[in-house]
This record gives sequence, C-alpha cells and structure tokens, in this order.
Amino acid sequence: MDDLYREVIIEHYKNPDHRGSLDPHDISFEDENPLCGDHIRIDLRVDEAGLVKEAAFDGHGCAISQSSADLLLDSIIGKSVEDIKKMDKQSVLDLLGIELGPVRLKCALLPLKILKAGVYGLGEATDDLVEGS
Amino acid sequence: MTELLIKPLIVEQVRADFPILTRETKPGVQLIYLDSAATSQKPASVIDAMDVYYRSYNANIHRGVHTLAEEATARYEEARGKVARFIGAPKVNEIVFTRNTTESINLVAYTWARANLQKGDLVILTEMEHHSNLVPWQILAAEKGVRLEFVPVTDEGELQQDVFENLLDQKPKLVSFTHVSNVLGTINPVKEMTQKAHAVGAMVLVDGAQSVPHFSVSVADLGVDFYAFSAHKMVGPTGIGVLWAKEETLKEMPPFLGGGDMIKRVYLRSFASNDVPHKFEAGTPAIAEAIGFGAAVDYLTSVGMENIVQHEAELTRYALQRLGQVKDLQILGPAAEKRGGVVSFTMKGIHPHDVAQILDEDGIAVRAGHHCAMPLHDRYCIPATTRASFYLYNTTDEIDQLVVSLDKVKKIFGE
Repeated sequence: MDDLYREVIIEHYKNPDHRGSLDPHDISFEDENPLCGDHIRIDLRVDEAGLVKEAAFDGHGCAISQSSADLLLDSIIGKSVEDIKKMDKQSVLDLLGIELGPVRLKCALLPLKILKAGVYGLGEATDDLVEGS
Repeated sequence: MTELLIKPLIVEQVRADFPILTRETKPGVQLIYLDSAATSQKPASVIDAMDVYYRSYNANIHRGVHTLAEEATARYEEARGKVARFIGAPKVNEIVFTRNTTESINLVAYTWARANLQKGDLVILTEMEHHSNLVPWQILAAEKGVRLEFVPVTDEGELQQDVFENLLDQKPKLVSFTHVSNVLGTINPVKEMTQKAHAVGAMVLVDGAQSVPHFSVSVADLGVDFYAFSAHKMVGPTGIGVLWAKEETLKEMPPFLGGGDMIKRVYLRSFASNDVPHKFEAGTPAIAEAIGFGAAVDYLTSVGMENIVQHEAELTRYALQRLGQVKDLQILGPAAEKRGGVVSFTMKGIHPHDVAQILDEDGIAVRAGHHCAMPLHDRYCIPATTRASFYLYNTTDEIDQLVVSLDKVKKIFGE
C-alpha cells in the first residue's frame, strides 16, 4: 500500500495540475463509475494537426481516480489524438507506477475510458476502450 | 422467555464459533471484520449443517418417496418452522423462501402490487431506502402509472413523521419502508407508522434486512402486512431469504415465477396454483441454504437475541464515542439509542474508497461507497461514505484498532 498511496499519487490528488474546465473546447466527455460514484469530465483543445494543446478535468472521486486523471492529462499534452486511441490499461498503470486489484483498477482506468470515449466521439465510455495488455 | 435461561454473551466464546475470524488477511495481520451489514460471517454450525446435507442426504425435496428425499424435505420444512417461530409468524406456511430481501420485495411488486394497484394509486417510500426498495416500485410506476412519494429524512437521520402523516392524507395503497437504515442505522418506528398507514387503508411492507439479524422481531406484534429479510445477514448462507405475509394475503396474491412445485395440476393450456407458500417457490429451491438458515436461527436463539442487542448497543455507543473524537470525521445518523450497529462516516478531503483501502492494509474490512442508497447520499450531498458495522462477534478492541488505522489514513493524506 505504501506503493498504492505513494507520494506522487497523494500529491496529484491534493494539488492537481489540470483541474478545471476549458471553454471553448474541441472535445469534452464525462462519465462516472457507478460502483463508487467517482465522476470525471475531461475537456481537450486540439489543434489542426490533431495534437492536444490543452487538457483539463473536473469531478470528484478517490485519490486513485483523481490522480490518474491528472497524470493522464499531463502525459497527453502534445500528443496526437491517434496516439491517445492507442493508449490502454498498461499506459495508465505505467503512469501511476503501481499495481492494482480489480476494484481499484476501475478507479484508475475511469479517466482513460472517458478520454478515449471523447476522442472517438462515442456516446458512452465502455470497458473495452481500456482493455488490453 | 427462554432467553432468561441463557447465559450472557461472552464474546470470546462467540468468536470461537466463527472459523473465519481466526484468519489473517496477510501474514501477521489479523482480520477485523466490520462489514456485517453487507453480510455476516457464519458459525461452524451453519457451515456444518449444509455440509451434512450434501454429504449424507442430498436429494430434491417434495414428491420424492425415497429415504434421502424424505429426509431433505423434512429438514427443509423444519427450517421454515424455525424461521416462522423466530419472527413470531402466526403460521408456518406464511414463510415464503426467496433468494433474498430484494427478491422478496420484487415478489410483492410483481404479484400483489400488479394485481391491486391502478394508474394514479400512491405508494409511499422513504428517502432512506436501499435500492431494493426503490427500483421495484420505479419499474412498477413506469409500467402502471403508479405514483411514488417519499418521506424525507431529517439532518439527524430520522424520518419526518409529520410529512409522512400529511402524505397519508392522499390515501396511499401501500407504504413500504425499511425497519433499520443500512447507512444511518436509524431504527424506524414500524409499529406506529403501520398503525397510521392502516388507519387510511394502506398495506405496509417492511424491509427487515438490517433488523431481524440484530433484535427480536415479531411480525404479528408489528402488525405489518409484508416483511422481507435475508439469511446471509443473520449468520446464515447467501441465496436464501424470506417474504412473510399473512396467509390470507398470500392466498389472494397471484403466483410469482411459474414452474415446478408451485402448481397443483398442470394442463397443456392452464394450471392450478399450489397452496401457499409453495405457490411462490417455483423450481428446486436453495435446499442446503434453507437448512443452513435453520441452523443460523438455532444459533442466534442459543446466543439469545437480548444478549445480541445488549452487546451491539455497547459496541455502537463505544464506536460513536471513539469515532466522535477523530478530528475532521463526520458521523451520519442519529444518537446511539436510536440506531443499530451501523456507523457511516466521511473524512474531510479523503475519499471513502481510499479510507477503506488503507484500513484493509491493517486487516480491517469496512465498506465504502453509497451502500446501495444513492438517493440518501444525494440527500446529504455526499457521493459516498465509509461504513463500519457491528455484530455479535465484534469487540471494543476492534473499534480501537479502527481508530488507530483512521489516524494512519490521515497521516498518509497529510490531513
């Protein structure tokens, strides 16, 4: 657990770099984890080349879901939308640098699910968006 | 009466009856189980009763004439009798075995309510209901145009009785509410509310999932029309629960699921329903679980419900006092004397999932989330809570451990 609640996670939970909203935005999507009520909205500004210029998230939830959102947005600025489509479970675990059981994995993956649903322009964020190695 | 002969509860002896309580969650970390409101642990006698069934007389019940079927049927029906006595049911055939409280409530919604409620009829529920006593009525409302109204909850976690009385002026057909809140711990005044509801001609359904395990309940004394509860929260197995209703009511209700055992006679195009309660028990039931349920009732009776009440009251008082001293910790629900052994709380700046995760490191099992009562959490404008719940095998030492670990949570989050 010292791993699970390592400093970087607590730090991003308490002092997130990307909390807020973008108005106007090019992409926005929100969803929640019905299991625990964690709720996240992600807004993106994307340039003509399809590169993410700005990213922000808002919502509430546990330290894992909120820090995962902050770390995730940190990692995608400057990245192309096509690269985001390739991200999966492992990308998030690498960002967090921890191992997670099945319940908390859902918390960690919620932001990526929402991000991918947004970039694909889908109506809902489904689990198959983040499955993979 | 017999309880006067029972020795006071000695928690070490009780704990010795529950094999799981000696386990460690990881090497050197002893399990501290504070999640009995979700499901209770099971004593060896319950586990053994089911084991013996599978090992020595496993057979399908009713209709069989061979020795094993006779034995299995006798034990299954004997369990029904034990449960009936345990809740003061006037007649054994008023006990319908279901899967759980949820199925019991759905049974009433699908049979009695569909036969008796029309468009525009009113059903009164409360803001503190578990989803199992909300969603079946929402489905009914969408299907039949039945109206739903809700008794609000005060800041202290009690039902607003004045609003309830005003709602009764609208002549509801059914009032359905929980005996004990699974989040707030509030014990509702079932008998008084039932009398008031009956005075305007409403039927009354009570969700007893959090009451029957913890104190002596007499359905006859409460005067309710339907009472629902589950075995697994009262040291029994999962997969079996009860709907109690008066024999006349059950007889008038249409059947629920169709199939074997719920019929007297089947023709190609029609059937005649079996007698109650079998009319509501289609298909092979949870036989081992019913037998385990019987053993659970025997166990609770042998410990004595009065003893359990006293023990839990002491734990609850102690927990409220100790948790009340933790800085930035907010407890939901009423004072100790008005609640059962459930304490839900929030900690400033720390999500309940994180609290539960860190407590788990110390072997402490609590529940985090909305506890299947999202509207109640909305009422208090909080997304989730952490819930510690107590039962006959818990100790004040375990509550001390909880407080120590909560301090650790605060340290990790730098609060």
